[in-house]
Amino acid sequence: MKGTNLGEFEELVLLTIAALGQEAYSVAICDELERYTGRSAKLGVVHAVLNRLEEKSLSKSYLGDASATRGGKRKRFYEVTHAGKVALTRAKEVRENIWRNIPGFNLEGSI
Amino acid sequence: MKETTPRPPKWATDFLRWYCRPGLAEDLEGDLFEYFTRNVRNKGARRARLIYIIDVIKFLRPYTIRKIDPLTFLSHFFMIGSYLKTSRRSLVRNKLFSMINIIGLAVSMSVGLLVISIVSDQLAYDDFHEKKDRIYRVITRFQNDGQSPINLASTSVKVAQRIPDAVPGIENFTVMRTGFSGDAQVGQNIFPIEATWADQSFFKVFTFPLIAGDPATALKEPYSLVLTAKTAEKLFGSTDAIGRTVRFDSLDYQVTGIAKDVPHLSHIRFDALISFASADALIGKKDNNFYAWNSVWSNYVYITVPKGGSTAGMQRALNKLSAAENKALQTAKVTVSLQPLHDIAMGQDLSNNIGPKTNPMILWALGGLAFVIILSACFNYTNLSIARSLRRAREVGVRKLIGAHRSHVLGQFIAEAVMIALLALLFSFGLYAFLRTEFLSLDKHIAQLFTLNLSLVTVLCFIALAAVTGILAGVLPALFFSKISALSVMKDSGGLKLFKRIGLRKTLIVVQYVLSLIFIATTMVGYGQYKGFLNFDLGFSTENVLNIKLRGEEADALKKELAELPEVKGISTSRMITSVGSFYGETVKYNPGDSALVWHNTVDENYIPVHQHKLLAGTNFKLRPEKGKESEVIVNQQVLKRFNIAGQDPQKALGELITVGGKKLAIVGVLKDFHYGTMESKIDPVMLLYSASEPSGYLNLKITSGDLEATIEKVENIWKKFDKVHTLEARFYDDQIQEAYSQFSVMIKIVGFIAFLAICIASLGLFGMVVFTTETKLKEISIRKVLGASQAGLVFLLCRNFLLLLAISAAVALPVTYVLFDQIFLTKFVYHQPIGMIELVSGAIAVMLLALLMISWQTAKAARSNPAEILKSE
Repeated sequence: MKGTNLGEFEELVLLTIAALGQEAYSVAICDELERYTGRSAKLGVVHAVLNRLEEKSLSKSYLGDASATRGGKRKRFYEVTHAGKVALTRAKEVRENIWRNIPGFNLEGSI
Repeated sequence: MKETTPRPPKWATDFLRWYCRPGLAEDLEGDLFEYFTRNVRNKGARRARLIYIIDVIKFLRPYTIRKIDPLTFLSHFFMIGSYLKTSRRSLVRNKLFSMINIIGLAVSMSVGLLVISIVSDQLAYDDFHEKKDRIYRVITRFQNDGQSPINLASTSVKVAQRIPDAVPGIENFTVMRTGFSGDAQVGQNIFPIEATWADQSFFKVFTFPLIAGDPATALKEPYSLVLTAKTAEKLFGSTDAIGRTVRFDSLDYQVTGIAKDVPHLSHIRFDALISFASADALIGKKDNNFYAWNSVWSNYVYITVPKGGSTAGMQRALNKLSAAENKALQTAKVTVSLQPLHDIAMGQDLSNNIGPKTNPMILWALGGLAFVIILSACFNYTNLSIARSLRRAREVGVRKLIGAHRSHVLGQFIAEAVMIALLALLFSFGLYAFLRTEFLSLDKHIAQLFTLNLSLVTVLCFIALAAVTGILAGVLPALFFSKISALSVMKDSGGLKLFKRIGLRKTLIVVQYVLSLIFIATTMVGYGQYKGFLNFDLGFSTENVLNIKLRGEEADALKKELAELPEVKGISTSRMITSVGSFYGETVKYNPGDSALVWHNTVDENYIPVHQHKLLAGTNFKLRPEKGKESEVIVNQQVLKRFNIAGQDPQKALGELITVGGKKLAIVGVLKDFHYGTMESKIDPVMLLYSASEPSGYLNLKITSGDLEATIEKVENIWKKFDKVHTLEARFYDDQIQEAYSQFSVMIKIVGFIAFLAICIASLGLFGMVVFTTETKLKEISIRKVLGASQAGLVFLLCRNFLLLLAISAAVALPVTYVLFDQIFLTKFVYHQPIGMIELVSGAIAVMLLALLMISWQTAKAARSNPAEILKSE
């Protein structure tokens, strides 16, 4: 099996899939990502990441119904697999672990 | 859906579908579409389309690309038998069309084959040297102060002397010198021989194997001689000649080696080599100039670099060497550089070049012509295949119903075209064999340049050419057939839009005819210009002047005897023949501080009357002094103009003194301007100098005789009395001028031949189209006839479209040809005839008439047919 560790952007995409619930398909994921991060998310990049996540079995996909807005083409919906959920939780734990060990962290002095 | 909502470009979507994995394609297409509609709203339709296209291309990534399906791929191979069968059947069924296609392709490819063998010959030059990649020639740039620099293939002996110390990293070097010419005396026999001096490293640098003798020492000692096998046979009757002696003048040369004959494709060609030490002993010891840095005219230096060595440092060292040596020169600068061996036969133009050299431009031009011709034949194939698509459409429909993919149909038709092209290759090869001999006999220079022998590589190239031609010809019909919808064909074959592609077909016909007309007009106009050059008024008469090359004989006695022939009206001597492209220059001074190079010819007092030069003022040479005591000169008007002598008044210029090569000469006559060079150069200052005899010049005989051949025979008999060694070399002046423009005539012949082929192919194609159109319209014609249409009216109806196409072609081709000549070809020539309108148009008219004849013949045949016969079969 390929490496299960998550890249930063992969983590964001996977979280967005989870956040979108039933509506997680490529264009919506891009829009949500832009909304959350404030950075523009290019379809080409996101699409590649979605593909990789699926290869890593962190997400799975199915084809939905056709709609006229898409020129009669079906959407591919994504959802987070169990392995995906585990990976997300682990990533969160790792971060929290580190956060806990930072003494007296505040933003004030650093700017 | 109408045009109300903008849609993404179809081709981009097609492209996406083509490359994308089926599993990913649908939703990706949907995603892109969604973005597209969004962009249309925000950024406008144009930008949205652009972004769409960019996105489609950006998604071309390893994970999106479709994997090749081995089964579809393999099924092509399983189907080849079926393709072969159907192709053969369709070939046999449409004999006329098959013939047109095969003849066209065969004829055009034969030109392609010729070009391939020419190019492969050219690339094979000097390929036999073992160190071919490591041999470099030292070439020279010679710049005299105040003159444009000359690039020379030759260099000085001094370079060879200095190179071992001054340039690091050289493995070996050799020096050659051209220009040995003498009468070899073997026993009682005498043979004129031309040889090359070469030093002892010659055989280390170059690979010219010796049959006998030691390559390391053969050219070491002075007066050593290496003969080629052929020369040895000529001199001694056998190649077993080591140790024998050959006498030149009063010196004995010893044969120290017998070399194999020089391969044809070699830029170094020799009959005999003489050790360089002999040149040193004979010339170098007496002539201080022999080893001078600026004596760069007839020596050739070659070096080899060690395996893996580079020449980068060497060039720097050579520059340093040049700079150091140039300090000693006062008026000139000599810079040497390196030229790789494989650039010699096909590289930059250099003066004093040895061996044959082809301009790569000519090869490109030839290749371009061949390409155009092949393209024209491909157009025929494309046109006729699409026109006949009705018959094959059913077959395609059935194939598709049974389960053929688009790619299968595509493959089938391309394979069919390739098979036809390969079949045509067989015929084409026969034509090539004929073309090859014709081409080699076109001009003697061509035979020297090329062998055009076949090799495995060229044969493979031939096959590749046929394959590429087939693909080129078949790709459009194949695309057309692969797009046919199976259902619509099977339901109603009449519904297939037969004339849908008519625009494409018309364009192809127009392109063919434009090319053909350009070629024919170029040939005609070029021929007119060529004739113009030959009949140009040179300012003197060349008619019936026989020029005989002298070989150091007793010219006076020979002259006296020749003059006694009743047919010889006048006889003169001259150093050179003017107007054929050779130049002799000498620096002339008139006003202090002003000097210029003036072309000259050294002649005797009879030269002007024999050639009927017109004297504007003054007289012919009056004093006839011995050699070295000349004091008179005759100049042309341009000399007066250049130096502004006596206000350019010929009468007043008489008696003025000009300094020629350090001697003061008085102007005794002023000639009307005449052409000393060819039509490529403008009339420059020219002078005639006096010389009582020119032992290595020419005799000019003015002949008045009805039977020129008999006269030449008489001349030859007299010649034999005086010179038993050399054969008579006598040429008529007009022939020599013709030869000076032989390159031009060769070009016209080639373009003319191409024009002929282009016309043949275009005519064949047009003929096929006419036959097809009339055949499909037979019923329409019959009905019109029944309703009372006249025959002439019907012919016009059928011809109309084709006539329009021809008219368009002519309207494009003729101006293009005119501009081509006016702006490109003729700019090289300072003097030329105006472009002949009659010539420009006449060829075109002939081609049009031919086409017209064909069209009206076919249409009239259709119009004459009995309508009852055709209509009753329904």
